[in-house]
Amino acid sequence: MTGRQNLQGNQACALAAIAAGCRFFGGYPITPSSEIAERMSHELPRAGGVFIQMEDEIASMAAVIGASMGGVKAMTATSGPGFSLKQENLGYAAMTEVPCVIVNVMRGGPSTGMPTRPAQGDIMQSRWGTHGDHPIIVLTPCSVKEIYDQTIRAFNLSEVLRTPVVVLYDETIGHLVETVDLPDPASVGRAHRKWATGPREDYLPYADTGDGIPAMALPGDGYRCHTTGLTHGESGFPTQKPDEVAALMQRLLGKLDQHRAIVDQFETLHADDADVLVVAIGITARAAHRAVQQARQHGVRAGLFRPVTLWPFPEQAFRDHAARASKVLVAEMNAGQLSLEIERLCASPGKVARLTRVTGQPIGPAEILASIEDLAGHGRI
Amino acid sequence: MDAFSLDTFDIRDYLREELLPHFMCPGCGHGIALRALLWAVHERAIPKDRLAVVCGIGCSGRVGAYIDANTFHTTHGRPLAFATGLALARPDLEVVVITGDGDCLAIGGNHLIHACRRNLNLTCLMLNNEIYGMTGGQVSPTTGEGRLTSTTPQGNAEPTFDACALAAAAGASFVGRGMTLQTAALKDLISEGLAHQGFAFIEVISDCTEIFGRKNDLGSSPEIILRQKGSMRPDTYGNVVDQPFRARAVRTGVLSRSDRPEYGAAYRAALPDSAAP
Repeated sequence: MTGRQNLQGNQACALAAIAAGCRFFGGYPITPSSEIAERMSHELPRAGGVFIQMEDEIASMAAVIGASMGGVKAMTATSGPGFSLKQENLGYAAMTEVPCVIVNVMRGGPSTGMPTRPAQGDIMQSRWGTHGDHPIIVLTPCSVKEIYDQTIRAFNLSEVLRTPVVVLYDETIGHLVETVDLPDPASVGRAHRKWATGPREDYLPYADTGDGIPAMALPGDGYRCHTTGLTHGESGFPTQKPDEVAALMQRLLGKLDQHRAIVDQFETLHADDADVLVVAIGITARAAHRAVQQARQHGVRAGLFRPVTLWPFPEQAFRDHAARASKVLVAEMNAGQLSLEIERLCASPGKVARLTRVTGQPIGPAEILASIEDLAGHGRI
Repeated sequence: MDAFSLDTFDIRDYLREELLPHFMCPGCGHGIALRALLWAVHERAIPKDRLAVVCGIGCSGRVGAYIDANTFHTTHGRPLAFATGLALARPDLEVVVITGDGDCLAIGGNHLIHACRRNLNLTCLMLNNEIYGMTGGQVSPTTGEGRLTSTTPQGNAEPTFDACALAAAAGASFVGRGMTLQTAALKDLISEGLAHQGFAFIEVISDCTEIFGRKNDLGSSPEIILRQKGSMRPDTYGNVVDQPFRARAVRTGVLSRSDRPEYGAAYRAALPDSAAP
């Protein structure tokens, strides 16, 4: 499918995965992400891949990792409750450095919450959902076209950096239908993980090769390696020796830092001279975009900082922009999760204001505009 | 089957000798189960490069690491789900799952019944030692009624799971049970399971001398195994023998078998024409 399309966000996600080279999908039905699995069940067999609906969310995450351990690019998609269930195996993928992509279409929570209503309540779960310190990349698109682009980017980052990548967007974006121009899938840049080559006796599956990303052994290629979620040495076998544990954890926790140039991504609008800097993601960022434009028309120097890579947060870029603003407004559809990170990054917490909502309704441009003008000392009557 | 396979079988050809000595306790049956598996792999002439062993968590989960093959030590209860992805993505691999009674029947019970139903080409060895050994001896779904464990200080009040009956009821196309005392028969069973096209579930009656045996005053490992033998009924034998702590005598051998379509082949056969490789 190429050219101009009237496309839903979740459908775009599935088409992008195919274009990126995904050939395995393990899924489980959950609102509001099910269209991704449905589309994958249609597309994958035609692309020579495998779709399977597993018995539960846990199994679908496990099957995805199993397929990727076999050398096939793999993805799953879910929403909050399912994302919670996937966390243990997501941590396994982070620890064993098996590439995989997890899409989380956010709905109202906690618990079963509001399955058909949008929310942005998994910002912290996407970063810290699994136990223990671990690297993870979270990408957060705000349009149908960006879902397509960021899903492809998720596969490429996952392959190159050998880490699970989460594509995180709210229900509104997932069910949004927009006109997009899809590229010819053959023209899509596809990255692949670094495979082990050379003699077996020289190969260490978790060696620090300088760039922090070890080459992966393909089963069948003769390396006959061991993969374990236990803390392991460079050989891949379990260890509890403090120096070997330290070496693994240092490489694991530092490996994304080495590659921030390709990991970090953000978008700004009028942020260079902003007096009030708005931070938002997903559908809230779309509303904030409009509010910033309106504020400018009213003579208020407002700006927008939108992280596209949510985790690791593009800290340096944000600090640079925030330093020039007198106030920072975080608008988000949760009780203040992104605000915590923004308050951490701003020198003085009093500089940060929150506009939050947990009612299952999007935050509109007018509300964000009102908050901007309040902060700028232009309170409306 | 090769009657002379023992002549050519040297377990060291299939082990990561650099990891020895292994971690298993004296008297543990898991090493014998490992030997039977590797013997069967040898008999079936499965190349080590093509062998993938997927394990869960617990004592059974640690067995795979000693095999000189593509080995995966996954998460608790999930090895069948990992193996499902691996086997579907790589039908050229021979995928063997090693799991335990707690891993497979408690936390992993849902994956077991659906793996049986799906009938993907996997060979699943459930090493049954009646206990959570790795965590210190807690009650498991196969712990006998009345048995003492660290979480049943008054004796286990729950009935046990018959894993083979469960697997057969859920649709596994090959179900068998063997015991570590009869290593050659266990090897034959695993060998048949490996050759079977579909999901082969094999319960291996193992033993935990150090924790379960000690707690229940069962004596040495040979005593435990001989007592197990007394409660077993090989398929070719006659009457059921009643034993304490076992509701009924336990049958060994191939318990059920059918030739319904293997899932991976069925999936590939149903692919649209445009997907032809």
